[in-house]
Amino acid sequence: MTETPQKSKSIELLTFKLSDQEYSLDIMCVREIRGWTKATPLPHTPSYMKGVINLRGAVLPVMDLARRLGLPVTDHTDRNVIIVVKHEETLAGLLVDAVSDIIALSDEDMQPPPDAATGTQPGVIKSLTLIEDRMIRTLDLSQLVTTLQSDAA
Amino acid sequence: MTSPDPMAEIRASFFIECEELLEAMQDGLQQLEDGLHDSETINVVFRAVHSIKGGAGAFGLEQMVRFAHRFETVLDGVRAGTLAISPDLMKLFFRAGDHLSDIVRASRDDDDVPQGEVLAAELDAHISADAGEEAEEEIDFQPMGIALDLDLPALDLEDAPPLWRITFAPEADMYESGSEAFPILKALADLGDADVTCDTSSVPPLAELAPESAYLSWRIDLRTQVDEAEIRSVFEFVEGLCAVTVERVDDAASELDVPEDIAVPDLPPEDAPSLDRPGQDPMATAETASKRPATTGSTPAAKTVVRVDLDRIERLVNLVGELVINQAMLSQSLESAGLSPHSDAMNGLDEFQRLTRDIQDSVMMIRAQPVKPLFQRMSRIVRESSAAVGKDVRLLTDGDATEVDKTVIERLADPLTHMIRNAVDHGLEAPHARAEAGKSPEGTVKLSAAHRSGRVVIEVSDDGAGINRPKVQQIAMDKGLIPTDAVLSDGEIDNLLFLPGFSTASSVSDLSGRGVGMDVVKTAIQSLGGRIAITSVPGAGTTFSISLPLTLAVLDGMVVNVAEETLVVPLNVVAETLTLSDDTIDEVEPGAQVVRVRGGFVPLFDLGQALGYRTDPGNLTGSVALLISQEDGSRAALIVDEIQDQRQVVIKGLDDAFCRSPGIAAATILGDGQIALIIDPSDIIAHAPKGVAAAPTSLRLEA
Repeated sequence: MTETPQKSKSIELLTFKLSDQEYSLDIMCVREIRGWTKATPLPHTPSYMKGVINLRGAVLPVMDLARRLGLPVTDHTDRNVIIVVKHEETLAGLLVDAVSDIIALSDEDMQPPPDAATGTQPGVIKSLTLIEDRMIRTLDLSQLVTTLQSDAA
Repeated sequence: MTSPDPMAEIRASFFIECEELLEAMQDGLQQLEDGLHDSETINVVFRAVHSIKGGAGAFGLEQMVRFAHRFETVLDGVRAGTLAISPDLMKLFFRAGDHLSDIVRASRDDDDVPQGEVLAAELDAHISADAGEEAEEEIDFQPMGIALDLDLPALDLEDAPPLWRITFAPEADMYESGSEAFPILKALADLGDADVTCDTSSVPPLAELAPESAYLSWRIDLRTQVDEAEIRSVFEFVEGLCAVTVERVDDAASELDVPEDIAVPDLPPEDAPSLDRPGQDPMATAETASKRPATTGSTPAAKTVVRVDLDRIERLVNLVGELVINQAMLSQSLESAGLSPHSDAMNGLDEFQRLTRDIQDSVMMIRAQPVKPLFQRMSRIVRESSAAVGKDVRLLTDGDATEVDKTVIERLADPLTHMIRNAVDHGLEAPHARAEAGKSPEGTVKLSAAHRSGRVVIEVSDDGAGINRPKVQQIAMDKGLIPTDAVLSDGEIDNLLFLPGFSTASSVSDLSGRGVGMDVVKTAIQSLGGRIAITSVPGAGTTFSISLPLTLAVLDGMVVNVAEETLVVPLNVVAETLTLSDDTIDEVEPGAQVVRVRGGFVPLFDLGQALGYRTDPGNLTGSVALLISQEDGSRAALIVDEIQDQRQVVIKGLDDAFCRSPGIAAATILGDGQIALIIDPSDIIAHAPKGVAAAPTSLRLEA
C-alpha cells in the first residue's frame, strides 16, 4: 500500500549501519547528514525519541533509529551521525551508528521482504537487497514517520 | 478588462481602501444604532458608501455601483431629513452594509457577485417613497446625486457662469498614496470651462531637486454652474494630502490676468518641470499653504499610513528573532572569554542588548492590530444568526481598540464565530422564555477584549439561561463520555462542553450543530497558546473567557536549571521566587508537600519529577521554588534547581506530531545554540503525577 511507482528503473540508496546490520534509505529523501550533537530530551515521549536539536535555527526532532526498530542499543561513538530526512512536509533526524555508502540499484534487485520475516515491525522494511553477500534492508520512511506520529500522539 | 500589472495593483489598493471604508461605515452604523443621530455620523456612513461607489465606477464594477447608489440614496434621504431613522431602517442599513461588504469581497476575489434583489427592492421602497425622481437616471453619474441646490442663481447666468479660482498644491504624500494630479485636474475640467495654469516657481534647480517631493501647484480658473461644495468634492479623495483653496472671483479682475497664463491648455504631466517660469506669482503657493489649516481644519489630521506586504514584516520578525539569538550567543561567548564586566566590549554589549530589545518591541508593534475589525465581523454574525433563529439580539462590544498580534486575530476569527453563534443559538432563550423569566425580550451578547497581565483576555458572554447542568451531565452520560455514577462539580460539568462529540442542542438548528463542537474551539485556542474557561450562572448567563498570549513570536522567560536540563518558564506566570528551607515546607501526606507563603499554604511540585527527568528531587532545603499564579486565581510552587537568567526568548514551535508532550508549550534556542523547552506551568500542574490535592485541580478531561 505504500509502494510508490518508480519512474526510473534505478534508484540510489544511502546505506548506514545500525547495530552491525545494514540499512538504507532512498537518497532522495535525505536532506543532510550531521554529526551528533546533544539533543534536548522531550519529556513524556516514547523512549526512541532522542529529543530536539537546533538545525540552523529550526527545531528538529531526532529519533534513535536503533531503538525505533527494536535493535540492541550501542554506545554513542564519534561516528554516530544524524541523517536529516524529509517526508512530505515533515523534517526529522534519524540517529544511526555510521553511514557507509551510496549505492545504485535497479528495481529488479530489490525484493519485497517475505511475510514471515517482517516480525513485529510490519511495513517498516520496504525491500531487501543482496550485495556481495550482505543483506541490505531498505526502510520505508513514510512508515517510520507516520507510525512515530501515532505512537507519540 | 485586460489588466496589466499596474492596474491590478491599483485595483488591489482600491479593495484595501474598501475594507477601511466598510469599517468606517460599520462604525457609523453602530453609532447610529446607539442613538447618535447627528449629521456628522450619517455623513460618515454616506461618505464611505459614496467613496466605494466612486471607486467601483472607476473599475467598472457595475453591480457594486448600482447597489452602492441605492444605499447612498436612502442614506441621503436620512441626511436630508426626509427619512427618519427607525429600528427597521437601521436593520435594513445593517443588512445593506453587509451586502455591500459581500459585493466588495466577491468582486475582489472575482467571485460571482451576490444578488441582492430583495434588499435592493427594500431600499428602493424607501427611495421611491421619499426621493423618487432623482433615483434612477443618475446611476451612471458619480458625484451628482445630491447637488440639488436651494437657490439656483446659475440658471439665469447661462451665458456667463461664475468664475471660480481654485489653487491646488499637492504634497508629496498625495503622490505617495497613489493619487495623481492629472485626474483631478481633468475632473475639474469636466465641471465646466477650465483654464489650468501650472505653477513651477518652486521647482528647484535640477541639482537640488528631490525626485520624490512635490514642487508643482496649479491654479485653475473654472467657469461653471456648480457650487463650491461640488468643486470641493473633486478633491475628496486627496483630502489632507494637498492644499486646496476655492474662491469665487470677480469676473473683471480675473479677466485681466488669465490670458497670459493659458499657455498650458493641455494639462502638464507632473514630471515635466523643466520649464522655468520665474514670473509666475510665487505668492500663490505660500498663500495656499498658509490657508491649508483653515480649509482642512474640519477633518481630523490625516495619519500617514504605509501599506506593507505582510511577508516583509514576517521576514523582519524572523530576522529580529535571529538577532536576539545571536546577541545572546555573543554575550555568552564574551562572558566565557573572561572579559571584565566594565570593559568597553561588555558595556557595548549592554547597549546592544537594549537596542535589540527596542527593535524587537517595535517590530512586534508593527504586527499588533486592534481587534476592532474582528469584532465588527462578529456583529454581523450576531445579526445573521439572530435573524436565523428568530431572536432579538444586541451585541455589545468593549475594548475593541485592544491590540493583538495579527496572526492571533486571524486565527481567532473561526473560534469566535462559533462561540458567538453558540451564544445566540444555545445561550440565549427564546423571546417568550425570556419574557417568562422577567427579562427584556432582547437578548444581549457581550464581546470584550482587554489586556490583563501580559495576556489578552477576550470574553464572550450572554445574558441567557446559563448552562443547564443536569441536562449536560445527562447527555454526557448518554453518550458514554463520563461514567454514569460520576459525581461532578458545577465547574466540571461546564467543562464537559469542551469534550469532543458533545452537543447540547436537542434539535439540530440551522445555525449550530454542524458537527463542530466546542472541543474544536478549545483546540484552536490552545494551538494559539491560549486557554479557555467557562463560567455560568443559572438564569443569568454564560461567559466564555479566552486568554491569549500577546504575540506568538517572543516571550519574556525565566531560564532555569532542572536536573541538568535548561528550561524556560514564562515570566508572566511567575509571581515570585522563594528559597525553600526546612521550616517553610510541610508534608500534608506522604509525597504531597506544601510550602508556607506568608501564612498561606501553596502546593509544591517538583518540575524535574513532573517532566520525568528524575524521580526524587532530593533534599529540598536550599532549592528554589517559583510561585506560579494561575488564571483561576489558585497558586502553586514549582521546584527548580537554579535560576539562570531572565531574558526574552524567541518562540520556536514544536512539531505537533513528533513533540507533543504535556506541559511543554514550545521551544527556544539559547545563546549556546542548545534548544531549551518552554514549559506551560498550568498544564504541568494539571498533569502533575499525584498532585497535592490542596489546590482545586481541574477535571482532566483528556484522561
